[in-house]
Amino acid sequence: MSTVDVLFYLLSAFAIVSATMVLISKNPIHSVLWLILVFFAISGHYILLNAQFLAIVNIIVYAGAIMVLFLFVIMLMNIKKDAEPQKQLLVKLTGVVAAGSLLTLLIAVVKQTTQIQDKQVLLKEGSIGLIHPLGQALFTDYVIPFEISSVLFLSAMVGAVIIGKK
Amino acid sequence: MSIQYYIILCLTLFSIGVVGVLTRRNAIIVFMCIELMLNAVNLLLVAFSKMYHGAALQSAANTTAGIDAQIFVFFIMVVAAAEVSVGLAIIVMMYRNTHSVDINFLNRLKN
Repeated sequence: MSTVDVLFYLLSAFAIVSATMVLISKNPIHSVLWLILVFFAISGHYILLNAQFLAIVNIIVYAGAIMVLFLFVIMLMNIKKDAEPQKQLLVKLTGVVAAGSLLTLLIAVVKQTTQIQDKQVLLKEGSIGLIHPLGQALFTDYVIPFEISSVLFLSAMVGAVIIGKK
Repeated sequence: MSIQYYIILCLTLFSIGVVGVLTRRNAIIVFMCIELMLNAVNLLLVAFSKMYHGAALQSAANTTAGIDAQIFVFFIMVVAAAEVSVGLAIIVMMYRNTHSVDINFLNRLKN
């Protein structure tokens, strides 16, 4: 087992454990902190795949901006730890069983698909995740979606301000 | 590393997000689980792009095949950031009106 394999399994276990902790922690602030750990694990996966630009963007945008926004809102609301009434056990059990069946079904499909049986993912190598090729593609082939996304941000900002002011 | 491991990892993360959406009652945590599902999909897209790129490198040494998926992930992150700002504004507004973020109180649109 090479170093890359060990890193893959470590990061995967870290991501899954942290994601489970997001679900089972009672305090919303703890959930946010665990979700930040999930995002760091996923950024580690991006680095392992040599997608360095996305790794940095994931940390800056998700772990930095979005999660701080969540924390800010939770602290603004002053929700007490035990204020959240729990769903009935039956509803919880139904949710877990439904999602577990979905997972089992999809894994069975993946295991039986012959087209991806021997496909390998290129780790550590390949230059498409670096800033130079991505920037070149973004500002030549994808320049119109890039500009449209700035309009999207402007409308989201206006919408958030209008909703927040009411 | 085989693609199957990546698919199974992302499916597991996605299913954890589904469990969160189905079982929690706090609207903010439901929203966070949606973010978790988005991230699982992003990771799978990047893994598929590297799979495709590795196959294309066999035939041409200087190819940028598979770069579209990474651009796509970048745009998903952009849209997610916009979505979170509006969604949290809506949650704050609902909290101001009802003093609760319990989704069982928010199951009707009027009042």
